[in-house]
Amino acid sequence: MSLLEIENLSLAIGDTPILKGVELSVAPGEVMGLVGESGSGKSMTALTVMQLLPFAARATGRVTFDGIDILAASEDQMCALRGDDIGMVFQEPMTALNPVKTIGEQVAEGIRWHTRSSRAEAEDRARKMLDRVGLPAALFPLSRYPHELSGGQRQRVVIAIACALKPKLLIADEPTTALDVVLQAQILDLLRDLVAENRMGLLLISHDLAVVTEMADRITILRHGEVMEAGDTARTLSEQLHPYTRQLAQASMHVPARPKTHAAGSAKPLLQVEGVTRDYPGRRMSLFKRATPVRAVDDVSLSIAPGQSVALVGRSGCGKSTLARMILALDRSTSGTIRFRGETITGKSETELKPARRDMQVVFQDPYGSFDPRQKVEKLVAEPLHVLDKKPAPAERREMVAHALHEVGLGPRDMDKYPHEFSGGQRQRLSIARAIITRPKLVVADEPVSALDVSIRAQILDLFAELNQKLGIAYLFITHDLTVARAITDEVLVMHDGRIVERGMTSEVLDHPQSEAAKALVAAAPDLHRAIARRLQEQG
Amino acid sequence: MTLHVDIPEETLASILAKALRNRSFLIGLAITALVAAVAILSYVWTPYDVTRLVISDKTQSPSLAHWFGTDHFGRDILSMIMVGARNSIAVALVAVGIGMGVGVPLGAFAAARGGLIDEVLMRMNDLVFAFPALLSAIMITAIFGPGAINAIIAIGIFNIPVFARVARAGALAIWPREFILAARAAGKGSTLITIEHILPNIATLLLVQGTIQFALGILAEAGLSYVGLGAQPPMPSWGRMLFDAQTRMVVAPWMAIFPGMAIVVTVLGLNLLGDGIADILDPKSRRQR
Repeated sequence: MSLLEIENLSLAIGDTPILKGVELSVAPGEVMGLVGESGSGKSMTALTVMQLLPFAARATGRVTFDGIDILAASEDQMCALRGDDIGMVFQEPMTALNPVKTIGEQVAEGIRWHTRSSRAEAEDRARKMLDRVGLPAALFPLSRYPHELSGGQRQRVVIAIACALKPKLLIADEPTTALDVVLQAQILDLLRDLVAENRMGLLLISHDLAVVTEMADRITILRHGEVMEAGDTARTLSEQLHPYTRQLAQASMHVPARPKTHAAGSAKPLLQVEGVTRDYPGRRMSLFKRATPVRAVDDVSLSIAPGQSVALVGRSGCGKSTLARMILALDRSTSGTIRFRGETITGKSETELKPARRDMQVVFQDPYGSFDPRQKVEKLVAEPLHVLDKKPAPAERREMVAHALHEVGLGPRDMDKYPHEFSGGQRQRLSIARAIITRPKLVVADEPVSALDVSIRAQILDLFAELNQKLGIAYLFITHDLTVARAITDEVLVMHDGRIVERGMTSEVLDHPQSEAAKALVAAAPDLHRAIARRLQEQG
Repeated sequence: MTLHVDIPEETLASILAKALRNRSFLIGLAITALVAAVAILSYVWTPYDVTRLVISDKTQSPSLAHWFGTDHFGRDILSMIMVGARNSIAVALVAVGIGMGVGVPLGAFAAARGGLIDEVLMRMNDLVFAFPALLSAIMITAIFGPGAINAIIAIGIFNIPVFARVARAGALAIWPREFILAARAAGKGSTLITIEHILPNIATLLLVQGTIQFALGILAEAGLSYVGLGAQPPMPSWGRMLFDAQTRMVVAPWMAIFPGMAIVVTVLGLNLLGDGIADILDPKSRRQR
């Protein structure tokens, strides 16, 4: 018998239908993958099972967990279930923990509440659980606070809380989306082991087809609140019977067409970074000793030729973004020089930087945060025109904005809208329009597609590739996602602990990594082809 | 996926619709508008001339001829409250203007520069903040002489650190956002970024603080004129009316009740208005009301 059985579940918030006739089941010891793009109702399905829906939501249908009718259960019954028989892991480890409580307290809290055990007993179990998730008490005592842990470690604590009472069902809602690939692989391993150990059912929610394929026995594909296809993971993804499944799979493996590629060294370099170092003031240990600085970027040198597309890959916190900011002259380097078009830009004043700024633009990761919510698109996209010597007249400016919008596939009518009227993918297009309006020679893109759904991601990658071909813009792509690097870059730089540890042609580095850091990245990166092949092999 | 409970995006129409459903905003707005209307009306018409003393009519209790009664010189209390409203509003409004005009640029500048400049400016702010405002206002008017102008300046000075702090705190929350980074990458300097991006994003914060300071300004003005340091006779003011009523509380309680009510109602109205605006514009309170 199934552990969790969802039959014909429909959900509406106010008058907006969210879920339509969703069917889903999880057996003990089984991993069920729930895949879909944002807004498809994945999280709402999870929240329905937990009965943590917003007030205005109305659910109909049947949800049975272990013989209990969830939709009819009282709040008291649900309180007894949540955290005891059903555990939940959330996406964002930074906000899922209470910052003013120690990790020991937070793990023990649920144990004490559900088992009515004494504080000492609960703490003992908490210690064992934290040890199990890879946070041994010798290194991570119970008295640590969340801010003393890294993102991956925090996610382990969240998992420890969810699994402390050996739940029958664990719901993991995008548990690794906020983590880099190496941490992602570790967390997924941990989840897999916990499932095997406790014969726990796992409902794994993700937008990443590759992750789900590696983990899940069965898969359910959701779109606009409806189940598109469901079944055995390997079969569903290898046969790709449903058009939407095919579309998703193709989008995840999409490689934009780039007939022209650029090799370095042919022309005079556009950007030259020589021995750049950046120190941040460290924490002061004593009143009388000087704080030892933290070195974020350590003696980095690189060069980019005009029109060349270079990826800077590395794990989170390796100094990629700091380096990018220094290249964009938004942050000062401690030592070293950065030359752009042959001119030194380190240590220049804002006025002296103006000509360089014209040829250098940026695209950020978060399409929601990178626009002032109170300005209209015309003004936002026109912002870089500020660096031109001759400010265009209003009519001319409108023309330029319209042209830039056209190049990224938006219409002139979009000029008078506010950013919130656009979807995430459209906003990233706006972001690119803003970056190319001054016809720059170099665009620095900091994780430009990691916040986007796979199909949108494919479109944006196509757009980047097209602009590179058409306008000859050089890119510096900062990413932890190797598929992105593989898709649109000529050269790859691997960064680890502030240093560049490996560099070379993209295909070479990704297929035959030499350094430890590159090997770890490549091994951890989820790959849909590989995952499907492995699944099929396992089944014979 | 994050929990995207879609917060409905703000348009002018949606804000207006929400405003019309918000009780404290509506009541506050009605009271404030009434006080303002009365003050404006007093320029063209009052039931009686407030400068004419009719000793034969002194300390009359409320009647049809004098709705709120008369004071010890036979002046009509309703007329005095009407004229006094204009004084109260003018003082409070200009004082808030001074506070915003100096405080907001100061706070925004401190946030934009950071480091030593920020530290020095904010510590100076703390210094001004450390003085009890009303006491210092009394000191200033004692030195420069009593009068409406000096009262305005005194109250205004003590509004500066309030607005500086609010502006700085608001600006500091906006500065690390990516769109500011994008503006910097577009070569914009901190002054331009402050004007184009920071100020519009903290405007609502300042608006709410403005209504609160406005109410406090009215109270401060009443306090100053109560001790004789506000507007000078024959210009009536609510504070001095209370002072005059003090010794005649038993014989002519209406002399105290009506100006007192005027102060209470006005301050209450402004506070409700501020609360209402804060509620309407705060995305977190959106789902509850």
